[in-house]
Amino acid sequence: MGELSVNHLLGIKYLNESDIELIFETADHFKEVINRSIKKVPSLRDITIANIFFENSTRTRLSFELAEKRLSADVINFSAGQSSVKKGETLIDTVNNILSMKVDMVVMRHPNPGAGIFLSKHVKAAIVNAGDGAHEHPTQALLDSYSIREKLGDVAGKNVVIVGDILHSRVALSNIFALKLQGANVKVCGPKTLLPKYIESLGVGVETNLKKALNWCDVANMLRIQNERLDISYFPTTREYTQQFGVNKAMLNSLDKEIVIMHPGPINRGVEITSDVADSKQSIILNQVENGVAIRMAVIYLLASKIK
Amino acid sequence: MSQKVLLSSKEINIILHRLACQLLENHLDFKNTVLIGIQPRGIFLASRLAKILGEEYGVKDINLGFLDITFYRDDFRRGEKPLEANKTKIDFLVEDKKVVFIDDVLYTGRSIRAALTAIQSFGRPMEIELLTLIDRRFSRHLPIQPNYRGRQVDAINGEKVKVMWEENDGEDVIYLVKT
Repeated sequence: MGELSVNHLLGIKYLNESDIELIFETADHFKEVINRSIKKVPSLRDITIANIFFENSTRTRLSFELAEKRLSADVINFSAGQSSVKKGETLIDTVNNILSMKVDMVVMRHPNPGAGIFLSKHVKAAIVNAGDGAHEHPTQALLDSYSIREKLGDVAGKNVVIVGDILHSRVALSNIFALKLQGANVKVCGPKTLLPKYIESLGVGVETNLKKALNWCDVANMLRIQNERLDISYFPTTREYTQQFGVNKAMLNSLDKEIVIMHPGPINRGVEITSDVADSKQSIILNQVENGVAIRMAVIYLLASKIK
Repeated sequence: MSQKVLLSSKEINIILHRLACQLLENHLDFKNTVLIGIQPRGIFLASRLAKILGEEYGVKDINLGFLDITFYRDDFRRGEKPLEANKTKIDFLVEDKKVVFIDDVLYTGRSIRAALTAIQSFGRPMEIELLTLIDRRFSRHLPIQPNYRGRQVDAINGEKVKVMWEENDGEDVIYLVKT
């Protein structure tokens, strides 16, 4: 086992293949740990981590906090809503104030793309990007690939389609980087208005017919329509979106093979997937959540081992 | 760098049989005893002892587990190299069991300290014993001593004890390496 090539996890773009392999191997060990009756190890008892969330989150924040506590790190939480950010404090000032309380690592979610990269250049702490605007969400992509690897044995050579709002999705971009790095074939599928121009330049295929995309793939990663980010109308109605890009059980049953259904959450049941699909045997949505803790433990552990 | 043979294959074999007999004397049918090999190097010794007990002394169904202590060590971030984790494989509860930790070399005692913490994740053992093939005298950092020892060795700090196993390294032999 080596060490990561990076000191921060800002995006999958900055990782290489062996980084991902190392994170997965480490996550295997932690997955065993979190399935014991005592789910905690004392590795990081001298590390303090600040979770700074400038944007709403349930799963990611709980998952990070749990991962940190399972590693015995001290954890402080901060949500922008209840803070002095509202009084006009800048990002660097906010973070430096937190760091002067002797914090070693910052997990940050921020609505602006590149916020993590900016921070890593100006403060002295390991930064983990927990989502920066429509840019990247690296731990989500890692746990998605890890879940595929767990379910299908390998990521390389698998056909993965990402369905939905690709334009506003940091999950999509991080997933594309991660899947390509591991040698998977990737297609994106959605209404033309929600597919970024030049997306092919990332080496992914484009498909606007859902049925065709599903017949091609081994894994379908269904994204949520992010109504909060849709500033203009990208499709006529939610109902029409569901008719064209929603997956239901009848459609799954009509495919030539059994595909794996993934979703990063939160699910809008009845929009991108129906309840019977979300709760079906083909869905690994809850496995993704479980793996999220193991992956985040691995990332935090590996980054912490580089803090001297 | 020079090395001399500390124990040959024949000597190791005799010692393993003696250690197996000593375990047998104290634990008889091993009904309430579990053997725990400490990862990474203790697992070969533990497997070998379990095999001798099973095949030559007719002890049936020995509980054998492997414990990884990486995440319990106290030198995280202090060493030059990142710590390497190994697989923990304990398919039984150690609650109220007699646990025997098995490791190839006892040196500073820190690994065993970590193992004492780690085993708590699997229950509260009735008692814990320690078996070690090589006991490096005068080098302990902690008040930890073995209950069963193969051979006591006086080695200075610059020296290293290298234990090789046939199933992993091609032959059974123990070297004292001077660097």
